[in-house]
Amino acid sequence: MIYFDKVSKIYPNSIALQDVTFTVEPGEFVSIVGHSGAGKSTLLKMILAEDMPTSGQVFFDSVDIHRVSKSQLPKLRRRIGSVFQDFRLLPNKTAFENIAFTMEAAGRSDEEITSDVPHALEIVGLRDKINSFPYELSGGERQRIAIARAIINQPDLLIADEPTGNLDPINAAEIIEIFKKINEIGTTIILTTHNKQVVNSLSRRVITLEKGQVIRDDKEGRYAL
Amino acid sequence: MLWTNIRRILKIGLINFWRNGLVSLASVLAMTVTLFVIGSIYLGTNFLDSALNEVKSKVDISISFKTDASETEIKVFQKDLSLLPEVKETVYSSRDEELAAFRERHKDNQILMQSLDEVGNPFGARLNIQAIDTQHYDKIAKFIASRNSPTGGGSNLIDQISYKKDIVDKMTRLVDTSQRLGLVISLVLILLSIFVVFNTISLAIYTSREEISVMRLVGAGNTYVKGPFVVEGVIAGVIASFLAMVLLYPSVIWVRNATAGVYGGLNLLTFYADNFGKIFLILFATGIVLGLLASYWATREYAQV
Repeated sequence: MIYFDKVSKIYPNSIALQDVTFTVEPGEFVSIVGHSGAGKSTLLKMILAEDMPTSGQVFFDSVDIHRVSKSQLPKLRRRIGSVFQDFRLLPNKTAFENIAFTMEAAGRSDEEITSDVPHALEIVGLRDKINSFPYELSGGERQRIAIARAIINQPDLLIADEPTGNLDPINAAEIIEIFKKINEIGTTIILTTHNKQVVNSLSRRVITLEKGQVIRDDKEGRYAL
Repeated sequence: MLWTNIRRILKIGLINFWRNGLVSLASVLAMTVTLFVIGSIYLGTNFLDSALNEVKSKVDISISFKTDASETEIKVFQKDLSLLPEVKETVYSSRDEELAAFRERHKDNQILMQSLDEVGNPFGARLNIQAIDTQHYDKIAKFIASRNSPTGGGSNLIDQISYKKDIVDKMTRLVDTSQRLGLVISLVLILLSIFVVFNTISLAIYTSREEISVMRLVGAGNTYVKGPFVVEGVIAGVIASFLAMVLLYPSVIWVRNATAGVYGGLNLLTFYADNFGKIFLILFATGIVLGLLASYWATREYAQV
């Protein structure tokens, strides 16, 4: 599903990624671990076409992500759900509106929005917060809203960049449980983290990055830094 | 689908405008100032024009005939004058009418009234001539002079000719100069305020750039990201046009009071009231265009998808 082919990203004063090659198959749950600055976030940015590689190619199915035209980019991004450490909710929109916006952008009908958004909120356990604004919610609740937003269009791939970074252990564990459920219904997940507990509790594939290079790729890996 | 998208973009824009409170207020205020400046300039320029026209229309050539000039002779003279293409209108006032008008004007002056009773009617008949254009007065005056000269084949009927061409010329020059100067000042003011509007709206959109990047990442297309900002700009423009109209009202009253009597009864307030619809339409349309352009330009800068 995702194929990194000798991808390098070189900034004037640093190397973020160097010759990174790996494949993610449909339905996989992959954790990408590494210290801060190892290149984890840059790697996810490549998948979202937020950043361009200096060399190499990134494929989503058979499509070279960085050759997709600007007008087609939104369509590609609708196939990818994304969750971030800082939640990135739209601050002036309620929980319902944040999730509905993603559906509206994808051209879904009003009827679908009215029926699917409450359902998604139910999956993340926040049905009663449907009309709350982000500033009225705790960190854990915001992250759940962000997850509901990410899965609402039933994406093929869910990428999560340090989703538990700002959460306490209990909330972090709950978020990971939600990801597991999402993966069980067939959604591919790529998760970046430096949370040892999270990685070890998953017992899934782990790609370890160091200084922009893949140093380990274990099928049922553990946090080994 | 297109209609659904338009409806959604309008709704999001409207909700954002309301929820962005202070930022929206800043945009509205900046645009109100701009539209107020534009409205004032429009009002001022047109008012000066109509004031000048009003004064011009009051200017005429006034001929006082000798008391022994017969009405028949004067009527022939009037007919000849009316045939000139430059003449717009001639109004005849007989000796008796002149006396009555004088008596009416000075009815409170007992001494004057008594003297008049003793002297009889000292007034000659009068003919007021209005030209199509003030520039034509010279030609009309020459015609009158030629008709009044017995050597030139005319008759010696006229006692006195008076016309206020010099005043009109001076005023025309004054208005022309002030309009030219006004145009430069207006342009500078309008450009400055448009600059302020563009910057305020840009700043509003710049502060939302984080939000914009999130919209992009969840797969929102160009129209969906930019549309609501453009709608917000247009709403600001519409509200600002109403506010500018409201603000113009006390300003107009203040100017009217400050310049009372300068234009001999011409009233800026009346002008404002008579042209209310037109001024409002101009400000309304300018507000929409300004809001649209400013927000569209700013989204091009900060909302690249």
